[in-house]
Amino acid sequence: MTTEHVDIRAIRSRRTFGQNAWRLLKSAPFTAKFGMAVIAFYIFCAIFAPVITPYGEAEIAGKAYQLSSWDHWFGTDQIGRDTLSRVIYGARNTIGIAFLTVCISFAIGGVLGIYASVTRGVLDQILSRIVDVLMSIPVLIFALMLLTMFGKSIWSLIFILAVLDSTRVFRLARNTALSVAVQDFVEAARLRGEKLPWIVLREIVPNILPPLIAEFGLRFCFVFLTISALSFLGVGIQPPTADWGSMVAESKTLITFGRPQPLIPAAAIALLTVAVNFVVDWFLHKTSGLRDEK
Amino acid sequence: MKSNEKRSDAKRVKGAPLVEIKGLKIEGFSDDKWHPIIKGLDLTLKRGEVVGLIGESGAGKSTLGLAAMGYTKPGCRISAGTVNFDGKELTTASQEELRKLWGSRISYVAQSASASFNPAHKLMEQVVESACNHGVMDRAAAEADAKDLFKRLQLPNPDTIGGRFPHQVSGGQLQRAMTAMAMSCRPDLIIFDEPTTALDVTTQVEVLAAMRRIVEEFDTAAIYITHDLAVVAQMAHRIMVLRYGNLVEEAETRAMLKQPTQDYTKTLWAVRKLQKEESKGDDVVISVNNVDGSYSGLVKVLDNVTVRIPRGKTVAVVGESGSGKSTLARAITGLLPPSRGRISFNGKDLPAKLADRDRDTLRRIQMIYQSADTALNPRQTVRDIIGRPTEFYLGLKGAAKDRRVVELLEAIELDESFIDRYPGEMSGGQKQRISIARALAAEPEVIICDEVTSALDQIVQEEILKLLMRLQEQTKVTYLFITHDIATVRAISDEIVVMHKGKVVQQGLKSEVLNPPYPAYTELLLSSVPQMDPDWLTNLLKKRAAA
Repeated sequence: MTTEHVDIRAIRSRRTFGQNAWRLLKSAPFTAKFGMAVIAFYIFCAIFAPVITPYGEAEIAGKAYQLSSWDHWFGTDQIGRDTLSRVIYGARNTIGIAFLTVCISFAIGGVLGIYASVTRGVLDQILSRIVDVLMSIPVLIFALMLLTMFGKSIWSLIFILAVLDSTRVFRLARNTALSVAVQDFVEAARLRGEKLPWIVLREIVPNILPPLIAEFGLRFCFVFLTISALSFLGVGIQPPTADWGSMVAESKTLITFGRPQPLIPAAAIALLTVAVNFVVDWFLHKTSGLRDEK
Repeated sequence: MKSNEKRSDAKRVKGAPLVEIKGLKIEGFSDDKWHPIIKGLDLTLKRGEVVGLIGESGAGKSTLGLAAMGYTKPGCRISAGTVNFDGKELTTASQEELRKLWGSRISYVAQSASASFNPAHKLMEQVVESACNHGVMDRAAAEADAKDLFKRLQLPNPDTIGGRFPHQVSGGQLQRAMTAMAMSCRPDLIIFDEPTTALDVTTQVEVLAAMRRIVEEFDTAAIYITHDLAVVAQMAHRIMVLRYGNLVEEAETRAMLKQPTQDYTKTLWAVRKLQKEESKGDDVVISVNNVDGSYSGLVKVLDNVTVRIPRGKTVAVVGESGSGKSTLARAITGLLPPSRGRISFNGKDLPAKLADRDRDTLRRIQMIYQSADTALNPRQTVRDIIGRPTEFYLGLKGAAKDRRVVELLEAIELDESFIDRYPGEMSGGQKQRISIARALAAEPEVIICDEVTSALDQIVQEEILKLLMRLQEQTKVTYLFITHDIATVRAISDEIVVMHKGKVVQQGLKSEVLNPPYPAYTELLLSSVPQMDPDWLTNLLKKRAAA
């Protein structure tokens, strides 16, 4: 056996999946590390909100419109709730709802998109044309209309945004899967007699995963911005549930008095969007071209 | 023509030095490092001289060819050396100076004409573009000249063909139109980068003849890049053999063909000598009877095709692109159910549709594809790729499966360390071996090989062909070998099926098909295969003109 052979074995067995992931993380650029740190911090806040907040989500903790103080770091809002606590709870609500929405939209759009690309034919045509129609209507206006029709509950918010968003996921999943489905290795699997689930899960999905994961991050940003925008307009997440969009809306007049209150939830929105984009950028750069090191 | 007179002044004397490259080094950037591509090469080219660059892929032929224009591909840089074109140093020339030279005094003919023409514009517009833009002639003169060139290149309907769009002419015609485009400014130097590689042999002859005639007529110097020795023998006065960015050998064409001095050059020559003894087989494993096949019922791609494939033998199906040879394979595998006729396997009718065939039938007929890059899932390791058929058909699992995978790797002459590799971590030849192992893993009776060596370098081709022959001896597997390359057919086949426009022209033993008397099409096909004789093209054209 050649020495090369020994080397490869040794290197391969030495590194576990965790070590590989760690090596990958260490090689990430500063922006990606910053993004990941910010996201981790947000997730931490979202999960441990009840533990780390000094006051409750809807608890009236002091007088209205107080400035920053040791008791209320970010001051209080128009009815005396602690802004810091509400920003932290807002992370929980906004991120949680956005995450759930994107998961549902990927479940709908991803599954239908891949199925359409593999089967082609009439179903593909029908789905694609429906998607074309839905995509031709601006999301925000369409969402506003549907929310007024179906009521302003959190669940209708989630489902409406998920369905509207799944059109974009459908397009991406269908197109990427289509370019993989025509490759010889898929034909080889078909000739072998493989069933549809194997072809989709083992041959196609691994090859379209990187763009889909990247899209997941970007769609998350868009959904979460849309939710904030809807909340700001008053049809999104309803009070007293804390949410960044509605917090900006409630305190927006304070900006004319030179008070920083509306900027705090707005900054929370902006920071998360930037952080997710940093990470997605790095991930896309890393996975464009199939140069995995394992 | 006025511009021609102006150009043909005293300086343009045949034999005067035109290009002088000295100590050229080029590096390419990948994986955060600069890697050498060209490691110090010299090249001199006189006016009216054609030099051929040959070597396997990655030898640096195209990079050197482009460097003669003062161009490097994005991500590459010239790190040392000089490129002198007619007294002008190109490595230090500004973009503006280079732009003036490119198209007007140096032009480039690429491998794929269909990818190089803009599909949205008519041929004429694209052919005269450089002449007009460089101010060599006005539009009317350029168009008249282009028609003249079309005529010289023997394009059909030279007066009207310029009005067509690129998709309205054939591949060979497009390649000639591209040569016309390159000639439109009467350049001093043309770089031909594998201009006939994508063409069928019958078309290749016409394109080669047209290019050679026009280069001779205008005393143009040319660099002809190819990996096909027989082609370069027809075109070049002098041949340079490159490998890994170094010069292996350089000599006049005739001297080089007669007596290559370096071992590497000799191995290139030797590849064409591989040959298997034919043998006859009477036990028919697959018989295709009067099969018609068409895509969506519109175009008949298979027309009353009858082929017998004897067990344990190699049947080669040859023909040009569009002859229906790949469609025949699709009909046998069930991907394209025939619209008429029967295909029987071991004496029983094969269900026409793939979905109607049982797993054991599927196992017995396996397929190997032309491009291992697309035939292997880039996200699966060799263990999964080869292991899956053993699991799927033969029910092997766990350690038994791994053992079988290692056995198969040994059978294709790769060691067990490959088991954890992804396709991206292997060379083209290794990937094709993995494809072969995947087919073998099913323990099939018949393997359909669809152009399996076409994408490989000659030396790798020979290794793969040898491997296939050895595997046939060991496992008695039957091959249906689809190819357009007559040299490959000569090497490995027992029987040959010649196809043309969806019909079978001839089927018979290798010795019968490759020796006279020939049907007309077989003769055309065989006589179009370039030979290693530098006079081959000249003699062939004379013979055809006389006939």
